[in-house]
This record gives sequence, structure tokens and C-alpha cells, in this order.
Amino acid sequence: MKPLLSIRRLTKRFGGLVAVREVSWDVARGEVVALLGDNGAGKSTLIKCITGVYHADEGEINFEGNPAQFTRPIDARHHGIETIYQDLALANNLDVSANIFLGREVKLRYLGGLIRTLDEGRMLRESAQALRSLEIHFPTLTQPIESLSGGQRQAVAIARAVYWDAKLVIMDEPTNNLGVPEQQRVLELIRRLRDRGVSVILITHTLPDVFAVTDRLMVMHRGRKVTEKRTIETSTPELVQYMVGALDDTR
Amino acid sequence: MVDPRSKAALEMGTTSAVAGPTQRLVLFLSRVWAWAFLGLMLVFFVATVPIATNGSVAFLTIRNSQNILVAITPVLLLGLGQTFVIIGQGIDLSVGWVMSLASVLSALAIRAAFGAGLPLFVSVIIGLLAALGGSGLVGLLNGLIIAKLKVPAFIVTLGSSFIVRGIALLMSENTTVIGLPPGIRDYGNNALIYYVRGEGGGLYFLQRPEVSGDLLRRTDAILPYPVVLTAVVVVMAAFLLRKTQFGRHTYAIGGSLDAAIRTGIPVDRRIVSLYTLSASTAGVAGFLSTLRFAAGSAVIGDPLLLSSIAAVIIGGVSLFGGAGTVIGTVIGALIIAVLTTGLVMLNVAAFWQFIVIGTVVIVAVLIDQSRDLLIGRDRPSRDV
Repeated sequence: MKPLLSIRRLTKRFGGLVAVREVSWDVARGEVVALLGDNGAGKSTLIKCITGVYHADEGEINFEGNPAQFTRPIDARHHGIETIYQDLALANNLDVSANIFLGREVKLRYLGGLIRTLDEGRMLRESAQALRSLEIHFPTLTQPIESLSGGQRQAVAIARAVYWDAKLVIMDEPTNNLGVPEQQRVLELIRRLRDRGVSVILITHTLPDVFAVTDRLMVMHRGRKVTEKRTIETSTPELVQYMVGALDDTR
Repeated sequence: MVDPRSKAALEMGTTSAVAGPTQRLVLFLSRVWAWAFLGLMLVFFVATVPIATNGSVAFLTIRNSQNILVAITPVLLLGLGQTFVIIGQGIDLSVGWVMSLASVLSALAIRAAFGAGLPLFVSVIIGLLAALGGSGLVGLLNGLIIAKLKVPAFIVTLGSSFIVRGIALLMSENTTVIGLPPGIRDYGNNALIYYVRGEGGGLYFLQRPEVSGDLLRRTDAILPYPVVLTAVVVVMAAFLLRKTQFGRHTYAIGGSLDAAIRTGIPVDRRIVSLYTLSASTAGVAGFLSTLRFAAGSAVIGDPLLLSSIAAVIIGGVSLFGGAGTVIGTVIGALIIAVLTTGLVMLNVAAFWQFIVIGTVVIVAVLIDQSRDLLIGRDRPSRDV
């Protein structure tokens, strides 16, 4: 089966600095993969090339078998690539349902579309449905999400991605700043995404998370891919060696 | 495969800091204090005004209540647009002078249209269009500079308020624009309903009763046209903010600009609309003042700017953006008007109103902040 995301010899330069050098990488459907590397290894730059924030200087990206050079992040979203950054892109003053539909509100039309109002009822029902399908249970969906915990907000962001039919969800340090029980809940949600056939790229420094949920992993060092492994075939000490540049499969 | 334990694990209960009864009470009070304060003030003035006047004057008469409503219309109209702008984490310092410009423009337009032989009603409509067109243009330019050139709203609207001030004074030749058709005053002062109390009295709709002397003294105008028009604008504003995508996006932009941008909300276009809207409600205020005084004035709006911002803040709109309601601003404007009228009727020196209003503004923000502390709302950076 063809991979969902396929990157070939991707290079991105900033002036004289080569942030990403000839990286090739595949992500299959329904696969959870970790993207590892020390700070400055080029993880973020690679992701931003995939999601249309940056434009790669060389190489190609294929998504669902088609060339995918997105010019804006919103294009990547429309094609089913959802990025969940640490700040989650949620409006804390709005409720769960408003956040799930943020920027894509459902409207009721009156007088031939002259007057359009928010279809709160439908948005609320569909939000509830989306959350239920992920077995996420909130006491209420009509409270501003500032009253929710970090893990709950993370769950809202994930539910939003799922509702809008994301095929690939990219998560940046999703368990940072969360208590241990909440970390477990978020990891459980990642497993559920996989169960639904959604692919997940997990960018993280938390190696226990990697071993808890990922199928495969890729390590970058100074802009290059230094290894790619099945998670069960490696260990924390070995990964650390790759991350600090002591081990390098390409050498 | 879903781990059977995980269902329980994902039962995400309330983890919010709001738990104890004391906290809930504080939260409740923080929401209703403005209503309570308005109510207490009314009770206070109803009780004290007759005492201060030896029983010759009552506070809550029809006439006085209508006077209060007429008095708040300009402040409220300025405040309505400002409500949207501040919820969207902006500020519009230009609305005072925009109102002045609109007053001058509409007076000039009405005079010219009527002078050209158009019927009075048509001239008034042209006056409204001139007021809306002129003010809307200023708002559009404000919004474009803020959204596209990323100049802080405070600076842009401060600058444009000076520019508009200059234009308004130039156009009015630094004097009141007079010579408007005499019928204009009726548009700005007549009421929907007239009530003549006592013997030989009754209710009159849409028509000022032809009475004189004693009967005239017993005639009360209920719902003057400026109040009706303002009420229409209030309803439209509430609808826009609560029921439409534009309103939702305004809250989102004020709550988290970053989230708004990343979820694909057309932020720039919304910001342009916000400032156009704000200037337009100021335009309506200017138009109404022209009708009311049958003259255009280039100095009518500026003193109202800070009162209108005070009304917005008292009404619970957060200066940090993302929170506030239209009804809150209405209450805020009512509080200021009742306070001002009441103190005057108590024969308190007029300057005391400023001291009281200023105190109320600060207390309002303190209440707002204590609630935010309580629910652990993240504050955006303070250096706005």
C-alpha cells in the first residue's frame, strides 16, 4: 500500500544554513511515528515544510499519492493535515463546540442567505458526536474552555482534527505541561486516532511517550535523518546516542 | 483496540478551579453586580430625590426616565461600536471626532438637499447616508491601516481622530452648521407616543397632541425617535455579536489572535469590519445630534469619547479582549446616565459625577480581574 505521506530528498536552507538536508521519509496510513531530535535538529522546519508554512528548496512531498507543495497552512488543513501546536490554537474564551467549529462555523440561512446566523444547535450536536466517537466525556460543552484542564484542551484540539477529517495529525510535544494522568489520557487518544486509521506524527523529547504509543520513529541530527527504526527494535540509551549525534546510520 | 480502563480514564470531570460555594458566589456577583448597582442607584435616587426637593420632584417619572434615555443615546451609540472593537482586542479613539464629522456632514447634506428642493424626508435620508458614508470611510481607513500595515490601533485611531477633527472643523468653518429646514427638529425630538395625564388627557401615537398651557405641562413624550433608532441599533448589535459568524470571530480574535489566524479566520477582513462598524455607530450618533439640535456641530462628539469607553468598561467588556456583551454596555451607559441625572437632581455639584464614575470604572475592572483570577483565566501580556 502506498504511504500516506512520502517525502523525497527534501532540503530547506535559510541563507547559508541548511536546516533540513535531503531528508526522505514515509508515513503509512494509521501509523503513529515519532520525530525525534535535539533542539535545532530540524524537526520543526521539516514539519513546517510539510504543512505549507515554509517552502522546501529541493525535493518533493507527496500526500495521498499526489504532489503536495502547500503554499499556506490552511491548504494543508483542507487536504487533511492538521497540526496541533503546543498552544493548541484554541480560543480559551469560547466553548468546546465553538472551538471545534472555529473558522468553519455552520450557518443557518434566512431570506435567501441575506441573513445568516450561527447554527449553534447543529454545531453542539456534532461536537458532542465527535467527542463521543473518541470516548471523550465532558460534563458540559457550553462552558468557555478556559475552565478546562490542559489535557482536556488537548482533547478538544484532537477532536477538532478528527471531526474535520484529518488524515494526518502532527502533534508538537502534546504531553508537555500535563500531569501524569492527563499524559496517559492524551496517549490513549493518540492510540484511538490510530485505530481510526489516522496517521500521527509525534514530535517529542519525552522518550517514554515514544515507547508507549509509536510504531516507528525517525531521528534527526543537524538537519539530517540519522536513523529510522521500528520502535520495538530500539531502546532509550540507543535513541539518546542518535539524538546527540554519537550514532549515525548514514555514516 | 480501546483499553477497557480508558473509558474511565477519559471521563474528564471538572478540573476547573471553580469549586467552592464562596467562589461560585463571587463568580455570580461578578456577573450581576452592574445590574445590582444600577438597581440600588435607582432605589437610592427614588428615595432621596423627593427628600432633597421637599417632595416636589420624583425621580422615576415618565418624563425623567425619557430624559435619561435621550441623554444616553450618543454615549451608548459610541459605546456599541467600541464594544465590538474592544472585544476584538482593539481600541477606537477616533469615535468622538467621527461623531462630530458625521454631525457636520449630515447637517451640510440636509441643508443642501433641502435647498435643492428635495422633500424634507428625503433630505433627512440623504443626511443619514452622508453621516454613515463619511464615518464609514474613516473607519474603513482605520481598519485597513491597523490590519494591513500592522500599526497599533491606539496610534492609528489617535492619529485619525486628529485628522477627522481638522476635517470636521474645516468643513463646519469652525462654527455650528445652521440654516437647516425647521421641520428637522421634529425628527430629532418627537416621540412615538404622547401621554397627557389627568383630565382631558389620553394617549397619542405618532402625533404630538395639539395642546397648550396646563395640558402641555401634563404631556409626556414616550420613546422619542432618537431612542427608538438607538434601540434598533442595540438590537442589531446584539444580534450581530451573539448570533452571527462575525460576532463569533470577533470573540475569537480578541480571545486568541493566534488561534484565529491558524484556524483560517479572515482576521484582516474582520478587523477592517470592526473599525468600520465602530465608526458607523458614531456616525449614527452624529446624525441624531444634528436632528436633535437642528444643527451640525464639530465639537459635539469629543467630550463623549471617554464616557463611552467608561460605559463599555463598566458594562464588563474586557480591555484585554475576548469578553463582553451588548447588554452590558447598555447597562454601563444607563449607570452613567442615572448617576449624572440623579446627582444633578440631588443638587450635588456636577463635578462629583466625574469622581463617582471614575471610581465605578476602576471598581468594575477590579471585579473583572478578581473573577479572572478565580477561574484562572490566562491573561494576555499586559503591555498592549
